[in-house]
Amino acid sequence: MVPPVAPLPFFTRLWFAWVVFFKVLFDGVFAAKVSSPQLGEPTGEAPKLAEGDKPAPVVVEKVVEKIVEKVIEAPRPAGPPPTDAALQLLALFQREGRFVDFLEEDVASFSDADIGAAARVVHGGCRKALREHVKLEPVRGEEEGAKVTLPEVSPNEVKLTGNVQGKGPHTGVLRHRGWRAVTVQLPSAVAGHDARIVAQAEVEL
Amino acid sequence: MSEPRYVVGIDLGTTHCAVAYAPIPADDAATPPAPEMLSIPQLVAQGTIDARELLPSFFYVAHESDGAQALPWDESRTYVVGEHARARGVDAPARVIASAKSWLCHPSVDRRSAILPPGAPEDVERISPVEASWRYLEHLIEAWDHVVAKGDPDLALAKQSVVLTVPASFDASARELTTEAAYAAGLEDLTLLEEPQAAFYAWLAGKGDAWRKDVAAGDVVLVVDVGGGTSDFSVIAAVDKGGELVLERVAVGDHILLGGDNMDMLLAHIVEQKMVAEAEEAGRTLELDRWQRISLQHAARGAKEKLLGDSKAKSAQIAIAGKGSKLVGGTLRTEVTREEVQQAIVDGFFPVVDSAARPAVRARAALTQLGLPYAQDPAVTKHLAALLARHADALSAGGDAGKKGKAPKMLRPTRILFNGGVMKSALLRERVTGCIDAWLGEEGAGEARVLEGADLDLAVARGAAAYGLARRGRGVRIRGGTARAYYVGIEGAVPAVPGMEPPVTALCVAPFGMEEGTSADVAGGELGVVVGERVNFRFFGSSVRRKDAVGAAIERWKKDEIEELAPIEVDLPAEGRAKGDVVPVTLRSSVTEVGTLLLEAVPIQPKKKDERWKVELSVRGGD
Repeated sequence: MVPPVAPLPFFTRLWFAWVVFFKVLFDGVFAAKVSSPQLGEPTGEAPKLAEGDKPAPVVVEKVVEKIVEKVIEAPRPAGPPPTDAALQLLALFQREGRFVDFLEEDVASFSDADIGAAARVVHGGCRKALREHVKLEPVRGEEEGAKVTLPEVSPNEVKLTGNVQGKGPHTGVLRHRGWRAVTVQLPSAVAGHDARIVAQAEVEL
Repeated sequence: MSEPRYVVGIDLGTTHCAVAYAPIPADDAATPPAPEMLSIPQLVAQGTIDARELLPSFFYVAHESDGAQALPWDESRTYVVGEHARARGVDAPARVIASAKSWLCHPSVDRRSAILPPGAPEDVERISPVEASWRYLEHLIEAWDHVVAKGDPDLALAKQSVVLTVPASFDASARELTTEAAYAAGLEDLTLLEEPQAAFYAWLAGKGDAWRKDVAAGDVVLVVDVGGGTSDFSVIAAVDKGGELVLERVAVGDHILLGGDNMDMLLAHIVEQKMVAEAEEAGRTLELDRWQRISLQHAARGAKEKLLGDSKAKSAQIAIAGKGSKLVGGTLRTEVTREEVQQAIVDGFFPVVDSAARPAVRARAALTQLGLPYAQDPAVTKHLAALLARHADALSAGGDAGKKGKAPKMLRPTRILFNGGVMKSALLRERVTGCIDAWLGEEGAGEARVLEGADLDLAVARGAAAYGLARRGRGVRIRGGTARAYYVGIEGAVPAVPGMEPPVTALCVAPFGMEEGTSADVAGGELGVVVGERVNFRFFGSSVRRKDAVGAAIERWKKDEIEELAPIEVDLPAEGRAKGDVVPVTLRSSVTEVGTLLLEAVPIQPKKKDERWKVELSVRGGD
C-alpha cells in the first residue's frame, strides 16, 4: 500500500494522529489550542516519542473521542508523561488477567502443571480484555506456509527474512501473518487518577 | 418543548441495562433506520472509565477510603453505577445493591423506603428500590447527554422519545414505580413496553416485511425470555381481523426470579464440591474464600457457555487464581465435564417434563427473612407448562386452538421466539422446543417452529427503539392492553369471627386487556373515604380472568386465579370538607398513554367541577 501524493504520507498521518491523540488526551493547553477555531501551531508542540516505538495504525472509535473531549474540560497539569496509556493497558491486563502478577512471579520452582493452571487465568482474562479493547486482524490474509509474491514491500507491514537480496517483486513463504490493530478503544482515566498504580493494594477488614 | 429527534429504547434489566437509539425519520413513509447501541461510559475500575454497550445494574455506595468516584460529568460522585459497582460487589458486598428491579416488584416491602442494600453497615446511606432504578436511569441519561447531546439541550435524553421496557409480569404498581423512577431521573416523554414484546419487535425490525412469511394469521408466538436474573414469558397471537393481520399479546407469565445467574451458581457449587472432594482424596483440606467462589462462578459461566455451545467439547478447564499476588502457586484448577453441565443446567433447569408438570411450591417458613421471593422450583420448563395450561382458553374467542371440539388443555404455540443470554445455547433451545413439541403432541397438535434471528442480549433495547419508531410511523404494532384485570377488595359487613377473615368481594376496576388511553367508571361499589386520613383498600389482580367487566363483583374465585397485590390508598385533602367526614366516592380507572394504570376516586357529590383524587398504588408492604 503506497500512500498517494499528499502533503503527508499515510503512515506519517497515522503516526501523527496517534501522537496527537495522546497529546490531546493529556495536555489541556494543547487540546484547547486544537479545539479553538483559530488554530495555533500545534505541530511544533507534538511530543517526540522514543525511536523504535512502533506506530500502530489506529482508527480511534467515536466514543473514545467523546470521552476524551470531556476529560479536557477538567484541565490537567500540562505535559504529563505519555506513559499513562501504556499503564492503563497494563492495569487492564492485570485487572482482567493478573498479567503483572504472572510476569513478576518466579516460576522456576513450579511444575508445568501449576504454571499451566496459572496461564489459563492469564490467558482467559487478558484475551477477553484484548478483544474488548483492541480489534486485531492479520496483516496478510494468506495462510501461514503459503507462497506469497509481494510486488512491493511496505517496511511497516512486512519484514523480509532469510536470503534477503535483489529487487522486487519478492516471492517467499509466509511465516507469520502479522497483526494489525484496526481499532483501539482504551479505557480513560478520570481526573486525579494515579495511572502509576497498576493494581491497588488490598486490605481486608 | 422541541420535537424529539431520536427514539431511544432503554432496557432497564435486572442484571444489565442497555440503550438503543434511532433518529426519527422526517418522512413517515421512509424505511425506519436500524437502531444503534449506545456505548455507555462508566467506571470499570477505580479511576478508570470505559464505554460499554451494557451497564451492569449494580449500585455501589462508595466508602470514604474510595475517594470520589469521578465521572467525566461529575467529579465528586459518592456512588458508582455499572461495571465497577459490580466488581465491588465481590470485594465489599454489603455496600452493593444488586437486582434492584426484583425489589421493585416485591409486593411485601415498601418500595419507596430506603431498604437497600439489605444488611448494609451503618455508614451506608440506604436508598429505596425506586431510587436505585432512578440512579441507573440517571446514569444512562448522563451518559447519553455526554456522548450524544454534548450540551445541546434539544438533543438531551429528557427531550427524546423514550421507550422503557418492563417485564411483562410487572403489575400495575411495579409499572407505576418504574415511571416514578424515570420521571425522577428527568425523563419526560416516556412509554412503557413489555420486554418479551420488545424482543418480538426487534425480531420484526430485523426481518423487515419478510416477517409475514414466518408468522401468518392463526399463528401463536411464544416468547421465552430467560435473562440473567429473571424468566419472562409472553404469548402473542396473530389474528385475522377483517382481512388485516393483527398481533395481539394474549398472555403473560408470572414474575419468576430465575435466570442464568442461578445456573452459574449451581454449577459453581457442584464444581466446588468436586474440588473439595479431590483435595480430601489427596490428603489436603480446601476451603474457598468468598473471592475464589466468585471467580469460580465466573469460570463456571465460561465453562457452561463453552460446553453448551460446542457439542464436541467433552470438558472445560477451570482455573481460579488466589487473592494474593502469588499467582502460580496459588491457582486452583479443575475441570467441568459435559455430563456435569448436562446434569446441572440442562436437566436441572430445563428437565423434560410432560404438560401436566407444575412448579413445586414449598410452604413458606413462618418467619421469612426479608429477601427476594426467588423461584422455588428451578425448572424453567415446568413454569412454561404451567403458563400454557393456565392460559389454555386465551384464544377461545377465535383462532385455531378451539376448533377441535374438545377444550384444549393448553395454549398451543406454533412459533417460538427466544430471548435472553441463557437461550444463546443451542442445546437449551432444543430442549425447550423439544418439551413444547412433546406437549403439543399430547394434544395432537403440530410442532412449533423457532423464529430465527435477533441478538439475544440486546434485542430488548433494540426492539424498544423499533417500537418507538413503529408508534410514529406505519410499523406493525402488537395490541395487548393490560395483562391483568384489577380488583378492589370490599370487605363484607359480617360479625368478626376470630381466626376467620371476613369475606371479601373483588370489585373489578380495570378489565383484562384494557387499552392505553381508555378509561372506565366503576359502576356500583361505593367506597367511603375519610377526609384527612389515609384510607387503604385491598387490591387484587388476575392474569387469567379475561371476561370480568368493569364493575363486576366477584365473590368467590378459584385459588391462584386472583392474587392479592400491595394495597392501594386514598388520601383525601381536607379542602372544603370537615376533617373526619366520610365522603362516598366511586372509582374511575384509566390506562395512561405511558402504559400505567391510573385509579381515581370521584366523589359522588363533588364540591367543584371535575373533583377527583388520585389513588396511590403500591403504598406499602402488607403482611
